[in-house]
Amino acid sequence: MIMEEFILIFRRDFNTKEEQPSPEQLQASVKLWQDWLGGIGAQNKLAKPLQRWDTAGKIVKSNKSVTDGPYAEIKESIGGLIFVKVDNYDEAVSIAKDCPILQLGGNVEIRKATHAED
Amino acid sequence: MEERELIPHLFRTEYRKMVSVLCYLFGIKHIEIAEDIVSETFLAATEIWGMNGNPENPAAWLYAVAKNKTRNYLKHNSIFEVKISEEIKRSTNITEELSIDFSSKNITDSQLAMIFAVCHSAISVDAQIALALNLLCGFGIQEIADAFLSNKEVIYKRINRAKEKLRDANIRIEQPSLTEISGRLDTVLTTLYLLFSEGYYSSSQQTTLRKEFCAEAMRLNYLLIENKTTNLPEVNALFALMCFHASRFEARKNGSGESILYDDQDETLWNRELIEKGIYYLGRASTGTVVSRYHLEASIAYWHTQKVDSTEKWKNILQLYNQLLIFEYSPIAALNRTYTLSKTNGKQAAIDEAEKLKLNDNALYYALLGNLYTDVDDEIALKHYQTAIELTKSAEQVTTIKRNIAKLHIK
Repeated sequence: MIMEEFILIFRRDFNTKEEQPSPEQLQASVKLWQDWLGGIGAQNKLAKPLQRWDTAGKIVKSNKSVTDGPYAEIKESIGGLIFVKVDNYDEAVSIAKDCPILQLGGNVEIRKATHAED
Repeated sequence: MEERELIPHLFRTEYRKMVSVLCYLFGIKHIEIAEDIVSETFLAATEIWGMNGNPENPAAWLYAVAKNKTRNYLKHNSIFEVKISEEIKRSTNITEELSIDFSSKNITDSQLAMIFAVCHSAISVDAQIALALNLLCGFGIQEIADAFLSNKEVIYKRINRAKEKLRDANIRIEQPSLTEISGRLDTVLTTLYLLFSEGYYSSSQQTTLRKEFCAEAMRLNYLLIENKTTNLPEVNALFALMCFHASRFEARKNGSGESILYDDQDETLWNRELIEKGIYYLGRASTGTVVSRYHLEASIAYWHTQKVDSTEKWKNILQLYNQLLIFEYSPIAALNRTYTLSKTNGKQAAIDEAEKLKLNDNALYYALLGNLYTDVDDEIALKHYQTAIELTKSAEQVTTIKRNIAKLHIK
């Protein structure tokens, strides 16, 4: 079985005030994330160790100006990303469908890793 | 102590110390000479004590004789002297009168140095375990063969090949430096963990021997705790894990050697003292920022010492298994996580997750599916149990599964 590597990028609106989850919702989502990630781990489909990312960050614009934080003019920003090893896009999609970011109004972008010979 | 028990007892406690001290002195090239000298010392003890009675201080007697034998060996064996003189000159200040130091400090130092020499990635993990049992713990080839359900020749070859490889790689027997510890501690801990597991999970019927393996793994682990440079959080975590597991040693098997499942174990047989010890070392492991797999496994084992079936317990165990699997995949952790999920999220949720695991050649996988389907759909449960029986190689597992099948309600 040939496993392919995919990146799953989670985005949601961290900007609009009314879109933010309550502290209770956030608390509950911690368990959902752990269960979801543990489930992917249990299927041996995590391709790389998990990495936490800073929530602030910087943005460089075309005029080379630099601003703090990803919350500039774009609504959605990256909440996190993981690498999985699965057979195909269908399988990657079915994993993404259980991603807790969806319950917080976010979305998941999926990309397959390509190689020179592809 | 009875006279006929004294020598085997000393052999168990002193052989490994003397071998370590001499190996530390001679270097990796001359392990066999160190072993020969110590064996001859014990032979002399058997003969002389048999005639003259036991000496006042038997250990001191052994050390003194081993010292003499070593000096004589060096004096009379010119080839050997040429070979090792450089190394010995380097490691001792005395060239005329060789210092052979059996002080307790040097014994501890030598044993630590030997742990790092033997648990070396230059040789396979199986070979590390066999060599550790032989050199660091003083088990005979026959005993090791019994534990591995193998024969003497295989183990003998494995040990000799391992020694050759260590010699070829020119591994030094020395105190590990701080940088070496960070690079090599992982290998050492893995070997100690597997040595413990060999005793704990082995299907060998020799209970006493299996217990001794566990005790030896704990002793070597404790040596690392006693040494300041190796007394690191993950070392304490592994020790805590071993304490928690060992606390259930007596409760895991019944009189006829059959396994007793966790749910059916007699709690009063759990060793409270070891549980307390485990809690203490888990606390000591929780300093600093390192979370190793041993921290996670020790925490899981801690929760298993709490027999009460609370939601809090299972929720904690589930999160620990999640973290363990995110950290490093293993089929057994995947199966245990899914079982735990049935306790926190119900059987249907666990079945959904279990069916994604697809461990189709794993008997335990089907045993788990059988367990999860019990009371949900007993017909399907039966099918899974039957597949598990077809796949397993363990007679013990068959007995357990048949017991579970008997509980099903089949029309």
